[in-house]
Amino acid sequence: MDFNWLDVNFLPWLIPVPPLISFALIILFTGRYKITSAVIAVIAVGLSFLMSMGVFFHTAFGTEDLGVTAGKAIYGDNITWMSLGFQEFKMGVMVDPLTAAMLFMVPIAILMIFVYSVGYMRAYPVDDPHQIRYARFFSYLSLFAGGMLTLVVSDNLLLLFIGWEIMGLCSYLLIGFLFEKKSSYQAGIKAFMTTRVADVLMLVGIGYLFVETGTLNFHEILNNSAVLERLGDADQTGFIGLSAAAIIGAFLVIGTVGKSAQFPLHGWLPDAMQGPTPVSAMIHAAAMVSAGVFMVVRMYPLLEAGGNPHHAEYTLPLIMMGLLGSITALGAAVLGVGQNDIKRVLAYSTISQLGFMVAALGIGAYVAAAFHLITHAFFKALLFMCSGAVIHAMEHGEHHLHAEGKHVEHREEPGEATPYGTDHIGRFGEAPTTEEWKPLAPQGITPDFVAVPNDMRLMGGLWHRIPITSITMLIGVLSLSGFPLVTAGFWSKDEILADSLLWITDPDAFSDAGNVAWLHIIVFLSLFTAAIFTAFYSLRMWILTFLGEPRSEIARFATLMHEHHEDHEHHHEEVVEETHAVVPHEGEAHEDSEEDVITMEDVRHWWSVYSNSALMQGPLVILAFFAITAGWVGIHPDFWVLEWITGGNNFIKNFLSKGLVHKPESPPLHILPVLASFTAFFVGAGLAYFIYTVPRDEEKDPVERAIGDGAWNALGNRFFLDTLFLRLFYVPFEWFGRKVAYLAIDKETIDETLHSIADAFVFVGETFKRFNRVVIDGVGDGIPMLLWGTGRWFRNLQSGRIQQYLLFSALMLLAIGTFFLLQLF
Amino acid sequence: MEDFLANPLNLLIFTPAIGALVVAALPKGQNQLARWTALGLSLIPLMIALGLFFAIQDMQANDGGFYYEYTTEWFPQIGASWHVGVDGVSVAMAILTAILTPLSILIAFENVKNPRAILALILFLETAMLGVFLTLDMVAFFIFWELGLVPMYFIINQWGGENRAYASNKFFIYTMAGSLGLLLSIQLMAFSVGDIAGLDTPTFDIQTWYEQWPGYEGGEDGEILGVNYSNVKYLAFLAFFLAFAIKIPIWPFHTWLPDAHTEAPTAGSMLLAGVLLKQGAYGFIRLVIPLFPDIVAQSYTPVIPVLGTELDFMVLDFATILAFLGMLGIVLGAFAAWAQDDFKKLVAYSSVNHMGFVVVGIAVMAVVYSTVWAIDNEDYVLALDAGNHALVDEDIEEYGDQAAAAYGFSSPATTIEDMTAEQQQLLARYKVEAVLELDTTEEGRHTGTLQDGMVALNGTVLQMFNHGLSAAGMFLLVGALYHKAHTRDLRRFGGLWHTVPAFSALMVFTSMASLGLPGLNGFTGEWLIVAGSFRLFPILILLSMIGLLLTGAYILKGIQKELQGPPNQEWIDYHENEHSLEVNLREMIAMAPLVALMLLTGVYPNWILEVIDSTVSSIFGMV
Repeated sequence: MDFNWLDVNFLPWLIPVPPLISFALIILFTGRYKITSAVIAVIAVGLSFLMSMGVFFHTAFGTEDLGVTAGKAIYGDNITWMSLGFQEFKMGVMVDPLTAAMLFMVPIAILMIFVYSVGYMRAYPVDDPHQIRYARFFSYLSLFAGGMLTLVVSDNLLLLFIGWEIMGLCSYLLIGFLFEKKSSYQAGIKAFMTTRVADVLMLVGIGYLFVETGTLNFHEILNNSAVLERLGDADQTGFIGLSAAAIIGAFLVIGTVGKSAQFPLHGWLPDAMQGPTPVSAMIHAAAMVSAGVFMVVRMYPLLEAGGNPHHAEYTLPLIMMGLLGSITALGAAVLGVGQNDIKRVLAYSTISQLGFMVAALGIGAYVAAAFHLITHAFFKALLFMCSGAVIHAMEHGEHHLHAEGKHVEHREEPGEATPYGTDHIGRFGEAPTTEEWKPLAPQGITPDFVAVPNDMRLMGGLWHRIPITSITMLIGVLSLSGFPLVTAGFWSKDEILADSLLWITDPDAFSDAGNVAWLHIIVFLSLFTAAIFTAFYSLRMWILTFLGEPRSEIARFATLMHEHHEDHEHHHEEVVEETHAVVPHEGEAHEDSEEDVITMEDVRHWWSVYSNSALMQGPLVILAFFAITAGWVGIHPDFWVLEWITGGNNFIKNFLSKGLVHKPESPPLHILPVLASFTAFFVGAGLAYFIYTVPRDEEKDPVERAIGDGAWNALGNRFFLDTLFLRLFYVPFEWFGRKVAYLAIDKETIDETLHSIADAFVFVGETFKRFNRVVIDGVGDGIPMLLWGTGRWFRNLQSGRIQQYLLFSALMLLAIGTFFLLQLF
Repeated sequence: MEDFLANPLNLLIFTPAIGALVVAALPKGQNQLARWTALGLSLIPLMIALGLFFAIQDMQANDGGFYYEYTTEWFPQIGASWHVGVDGVSVAMAILTAILTPLSILIAFENVKNPRAILALILFLETAMLGVFLTLDMVAFFIFWELGLVPMYFIINQWGGENRAYASNKFFIYTMAGSLGLLLSIQLMAFSVGDIAGLDTPTFDIQTWYEQWPGYEGGEDGEILGVNYSNVKYLAFLAFFLAFAIKIPIWPFHTWLPDAHTEAPTAGSMLLAGVLLKQGAYGFIRLVIPLFPDIVAQSYTPVIPVLGTELDFMVLDFATILAFLGMLGIVLGAFAAWAQDDFKKLVAYSSVNHMGFVVVGIAVMAVVYSTVWAIDNEDYVLALDAGNHALVDEDIEEYGDQAAAAYGFSSPATTIEDMTAEQQQLLARYKVEAVLELDTTEEGRHTGTLQDGMVALNGTVLQMFNHGLSAAGMFLLVGALYHKAHTRDLRRFGGLWHTVPAFSALMVFTSMASLGLPGLNGFTGEWLIVAGSFRLFPILILLSMIGLLLTGAYILKGIQKELQGPPNQEWIDYHENEHSLEVNLREMIAMAPLVALMLLTGVYPNWILEVIDSTVSSIFGMV
């Protein structure tokens, strides 16, 4: 291993290193120092951020010729990682356009999440008697960031998989961060196991790809037409009529299905909301779920090998992606409508948006998928962090009421009784009655549990309490639902719809072969419908949270100001009074702080009151900026009127396609997809606006009234899919392990057989023993007795016994020997 | 004598035994002295083994031979000699043994009952284990093989848990039962090989066996000791197979393992899982497959005994059976581990699960090695057989012309049966090149079946090494908790994460290594085995993925039942008032090398794989 530290090619190695070091430092040394740990983590991520930005800007805008051509990494370096017979497996890192694009998005999002976490976790309502939880959170988060950056800079599938699985471990640790809570650790285990289903198959795919090509390096495989052709040819490689590329691609797609929570392995993601909110932002925006899509984007030339989606020749991996992505995009968007937990709406929205990307890849919209991946990361990280701020404010309101001595109904999560908790809409001040605790659905299946601070039914009117959050969240919501022409989400979603309509807009170039573009049609229909639902549920969420009158006392007192959580026990009363006097409103100025002389005490006071607010809302503003502008790099070059902005140049497309051998063609500008995007937004958003801004008396959700209890209940229960999988797989598997594999096979069959053999031997031994005693000893003793008795004359006879034994032994040996010899012939 | 002592292998093998004598000879009652003496003495073989490893790493000359060979007359009357030597595979096992022994001695400090005896036994065991890996003479091999049983039997029987009598007897008798056939076969083969080589005495030299035995087809009349040679060879093969299969253990010979591992004291479990299981796999790689490639290659149609009905829809060969049993070990081992409530038994079953991958890797080696062997011996029909192909009538049409052009094949026959053996060979020779992807072009070498074998065998040896580390680590941690809490019942634990933070961190780390998390050691071996075997056994590999999935289930179950959940007041009180449950300094020192090696092997496996690979390449004759 020769490391040239001054070589620019060495830089990609260093990008993931600071967070990994930070993880080790915090775990080993600073576990009990909160501020030190947070500072170390933020500095580490900041270093990675700086290096990444350097690489990105140098790559994207550098003046020198960086050799950004297909088949070449801009920077890259590798070492021999495994010596295997004729081959050497090289492990390395590289930067190419796709990596560079990710190196723009990922570090920004991660850095924002880290800064936000400093504030968020300080007030995270959790018992921490050992004082190590805060630091531990940052260590896990650092490892997570290290894993993601490793994945991004890797130059081969195996290093990508290493980063992939490190993130899997971190998500397990972070989702189950409150390990005392059953729902929390179970969600962690569910996430790990569900993604592992996919990961073990992906591992097979990686292995197969390795032996089939002798390398896992992206460029050696993906930019090598000869290799791709061979892999895509079912006559030369593969099994059962499928080409190697199809089999490997299918396994890789399964990996993505698990990691990016696509149907049918999506169930872990809504549960993953158990983790602290920055974790949700990390998992659902910047890192883990993006990794799944990133991997298929990266491997796209292989998945396409042997087919051509632009001629409606779909390969197996493409069909899988198209169908599963469509199902997921639509199904999760529908589920998003039926949620009352603000984070869970976002969880389903994430699943749905990832479905958009996967479906887009299924129809060959490579650039559109990558583009949407990046814009989505920005606005989804923004939305999650906003929701965290909302929850935080609600918790504060709850806390405040508690301090005032009012009875706050604590919705206790039922642990043992039902698998998913129980639904109970306990309004403030009302104790639950027995009736209300009854399960709503048959057989004890109950909708997902909604914690009080997350419950949108208890919110409303937060616009006045947390204005910055509400504006930034509105930006996120509009971007998610694709508000035309301005937001990032519009441009990337439009690009996907444009690709799915290619068979109408550009029929000549599309299909020479005359195939029916059935997958395109399916993808378009489901994504278009899903886009309508997306606009509906995201506006519904925002309106329920921020507009109207507060629907509970908690919402009335929600604020991000003041966190005296640690002092809570000691100075409970005074703190509350003080807070009340001082910061009734976020928007109002802090009167006491406007004194002439600023003392240290004032600074401390200011810090304690405002710091969280600043730490949490600062990142929101920055991300809101990107949630709008990140889309402008992908405007269609010929777009009406906006031509003067784009200069006839689609930056993202030109940039990303530099790394590809086959340059993707731009779909021609056409009114149809633009119309579809406009329609989707205005229909969905308009419906949400008219339904939810109308004041209503009933407690039932208007949608629930419209579709009926049964359908609403199915939405709350994820269409009963999780319960089905639980009964179909988990229960029988566990039964098999316990009853069959261990008891029936090992204990009762194998061990019993061994015991019978042992018994048989013991029996034979006993028989011989008895035989010895009766016959041999009898004979042996009898003969000398006889001799002794009858032959006293033979005085010299010492003992006949040894000879007798020898004689007998010889006879036995002869008998056994004969027996064996007879067997042989 | 000077000559003898100058050889590092002799020193390596015998220093622990001398150490055992020293420790045993210490005055009674000097327990602390005995402990530190034993630890100090066990560091000597560690130094020698590491020196040996680095020396071999530097040499890099993979000429297929052994390094540091030493031969001397030992028992000339029966033809046994003292012959030791080391190569990449055995040096990996040797350093594993030499690393784990001091750690297990460190853990055996906690045994208060007669510490001198257990320490001496552990040192004595080390000699036996190293002897198995380093000797190249079958008499010595067998003696070391059997010698290893005795100390382990006493360790379990004297220092074990409640059910120790049953467990130790089961372990001892089961392994002995396997060894009986081994002993008989060794004698038979020694006489035969001595005969072939024209010696007066039998010979037990493994290298001579490699040369003489595999292709041996009996004397002039095709008989060995008056019996058809193939029957004798097959019986000898079965005896070898059984002896090593029990030791690995291959499913369904595995049931001694959960009992023995669970009942053994922690130090014993560490060595049992860490090293003794590897002897079985080592036996397959060193002896079974290189000595019986002809038997391994043959496929046959099973016949129902008594009835004599041929089940001709099913063609079996040894490698497929082995891979199938490996798959069952992976899947059923994982299922059984998942079902356990005793943490130590859970870890014990995880060994069945992990060694299942080793078995699959050995199966791949069997296919590839026997194919290569058959081609080297110009028996192309057998080579096809080994690669699970057969010469069928359609081949005459398909390959006949090319074979005629290439090798002068000509036959008027239209069925294979009508051809002469020579014609069959010519046709088969062409088909071998067409189907088996063993071609010698650059690309073919890199992506062909031969490379599959190399990848899988490298993975197998690496997996042996890795499992030694992680299984020892798991047993160490489970034992550390058991020693303090006096229970291993998972149902009684829970919520300990913040009560015992260091233990938890080590536990999660080692569990993840055992689970095969990429970036830690367990992954590298498993991945190589999966990669190398997928094309040969696609269905079996996919099925065994169920086992890999459940590895996650049982590992997470272990973590969850111990560490997660509401804080357990019973244990917190116990921890604060009676006995700390946290790992103590001694245990942390014992864990440290394991943690470091697990991380190193995960992050940069080539530090050891390079050495293993040179031998693996030479095993397949590709230098």
